[in-house]
Amino acid sequence: MSTRQPILEVRNINKTFGSVIALADVSMDLLPGEVHCLLGDNGAGKSTLIKTFSGVHKQSKGEYLFEGQPVEFDSPRNALDMGIATVYQDLAMIPLMSIARNFFLGSEPKRKVGPFNLFDHKFANRTAREEMSKMGIDIRDPSQPVGTLSGGERQSVAIARAVYFGAKVLILDEPTAALGVKQAGTVLRYIVQSKSKGIAVIFITHNPHHAYTVGDRFTILKRGRTLGTFTKNELPREEMVRMMSGQDELEALTHELEEFRHSDDLKAAGQSTEIDQQLARGS
Amino acid sequence: MTTTAQANQDERVAEVGGLRKFLSRPELGAFGGAILVWLFFAIVAPVGFLSLRGTANYLEVSAQIGILAVAVALLMIGGEFDLSIGSLVALSGAATAILTTQYGLPLYVSAIIALIFALLAGMLNGYLVVRTKLPSFIITLAGLFVYRGLTIAMTRLITGRTQVGGLDDMPGYGLMESLFALRIPIGEANFRISILWWFLFAGIATFILLRTQIGNWIFGLGGDETAARNVGVPVDRLKIGLFMTTAFSAWLVSTITVIQVKSADTLRGDQFEFIAIIAVVIGGTLLTGGYGSAIGAVFGALIFGMVRQGLVFWGVDADWFQVFMGAMLIVAVLVNNFIRKRAEVANR
Ligand SMILES: Nc1ncnc2c1ncn2[C@@H]1O[C@H](COP(=O)(O)OP(=O)(O)OP(=O)(O)O)[C@@H](O)[C@H]1O
Ligand SMILES: [Mg+2]
Repeated sequence: MSTRQPILEVRNINKTFGSVIALADVSMDLLPGEVHCLLGDNGAGKSTLIKTFSGVHKQSKGEYLFEGQPVEFDSPRNALDMGIATVYQDLAMIPLMSIARNFFLGSEPKRKVGPFNLFDHKFANRTAREEMSKMGIDIRDPSQPVGTLSGGERQSVAIARAVYFGAKVLILDEPTAALGVKQAGTVLRYIVQSKSKGIAVIFITHNPHHAYTVGDRFTILKRGRTLGTFTKNELPREEMVRMMSGQDELEALTHELEEFRHSDDLKAAGQSTEIDQQLARGS
Repeated sequence: MTTTAQANQDERVAEVGGLRKFLSRPELGAFGGAILVWLFFAIVAPVGFLSLRGTANYLEVSAQIGILAVAVALLMIGGEFDLSIGSLVALSGAATAILTTQYGLPLYVSAIIALIFALLAGMLNGYLVVRTKLPSFIITLAGLFVYRGLTIAMTRLITGRTQVGGLDDMPGYGLMESLFALRIPIGEANFRISILWWFLFAGIATFILLRTQIGNWIFGLGGDETAARNVGVPVDRLKIGLFMTTAFSAWLVSTITVIQVKSADTLRGDQFEFIAIIAVVIGGTLLTGGYGSAIGAVFGALIFGMVRQGLVFWGVDADWFQVFMGAMLIVAVLVNNFIRKRAEVANR
């Protein structure tokens, strides 16, 4: 694995927002044809990191290499032109615009008519519908405003769009968060398909089962720093599940609840029925 | 369950037919409103209002606001305001007149220099909005005063007066007149060429909005700027371009009035910025951006012209005009909200 040249690499990057340090000394590389999971708590800096990859943010310090060359992206346009497509956590969808217009926003298909370069609505409608149906979602009308779609459908449009435009790198920031089991399965299948086409995938998720099913390597972020990158062998399933499902936190929480219940029991001594006690124990 | 739902979906597409699509267009309210206003004055003041001369008259009044409104519609769909265009009408008119009367330049040369001034002012508006990230409402409100004050101060400094007249004796007037103030006789009436400029401008704007990449960007910018930026829309350049478009429309209107009236006046264009916004909002464009139409702005401006001149034909004191426009604005917003809600349902 280490013999392949990374398609994308960052070295010791820092990102600060005013006084907030969102990323501190983060290094990471991404190989073609791998699924690289980015894991970590809320606020760990995952979204900030991938927004640096996609040209939304510029690192305050550190190096960013794409295909071995140092790059500086002034806008997401630059990253997209290099074949890096992203599904942002907030999806970057315009509610009042149609599905097809959203799908191609920023990368509009054009059709030459005389001296004019027109937006090719026919192509946009057809493609948006096709790409969505590949995801198992039948859209009734590609000219329907995205705002009228369900949360999961909206997420699917964003994913279909990124898959369509992500020629080399596909970045997915919690793409399965709002999806049903079936659609989440489709997304995971997409990830594997992209990988087999040689596309490098960065996959952010809070779901350990999703991460372990498709991931090749795992980079763990904590409070803006990396705890390192691990291969599947180095990070056994149980340990990851335990880490990500917050097993330790849950145990601590259970313990705290025990104590609450204990003091409640003392206060309400004699008053509570057996059923109440059963409910309180959660059995 | 799911399979039957999916099987039904194609039938549901068929339901959203052409008529419903038409009934959910943003400009529908203004279209209906224009018909109602026309019918109203056709009944109360048929003699003046229905004549060709009356028609030419209110179309000419509509055209001036309409040209501004079309540009403002593009900008407002892009999520921004421009309160400085009324002052820019005065500024570029004064520039044209002064450059010709005081410095002897032919009128068309002066007008081109004025156009450059206007575009620079628009670029400055846009640049300040993009760089400071302040609301464009504030930036261009400042522009409203700065450009107007500059116009009055400079005109007085150079000419000692606030009006500059006698342009029809100046070199280049003939050419400018045929371009911007030509009368086209139809029947017993003369229609001004400004009406054609208005329709041409509206046609171009509609074409850009609905059929081009830039149109898609404008909707995206107004809908959610961050999202548009994140998918690669060059939002800063686009915004500056939109402010330059409204500045261009101010120049076009100023040139039309300066050539028609043969003089420039430092007070010209007063409140045009607000009337243009009213026309755009009546035309179904959302104040928060992301939704609207240039054709709607055309109907909004048409309503403005019909009411203003209709009251004259009717013999009602013109003082009532502002009351009517204000009330009209509220009604229009309510009607348009209703239409938009239904549009979303129709598209479901
Ligand atoms: N534009 C910004 N301005 C200021 N602070 C920011 C900005 N963006 C992110 N941060 C801060 O940086 C830290 C990392 O945020 P980030 O969104 O990257 O976390 P995350 O790992 O994606 O979390 P989650 O799992 O909740 O999505 C947070 O403390 C956040 O408040
Ligand atoms: Mg995040």
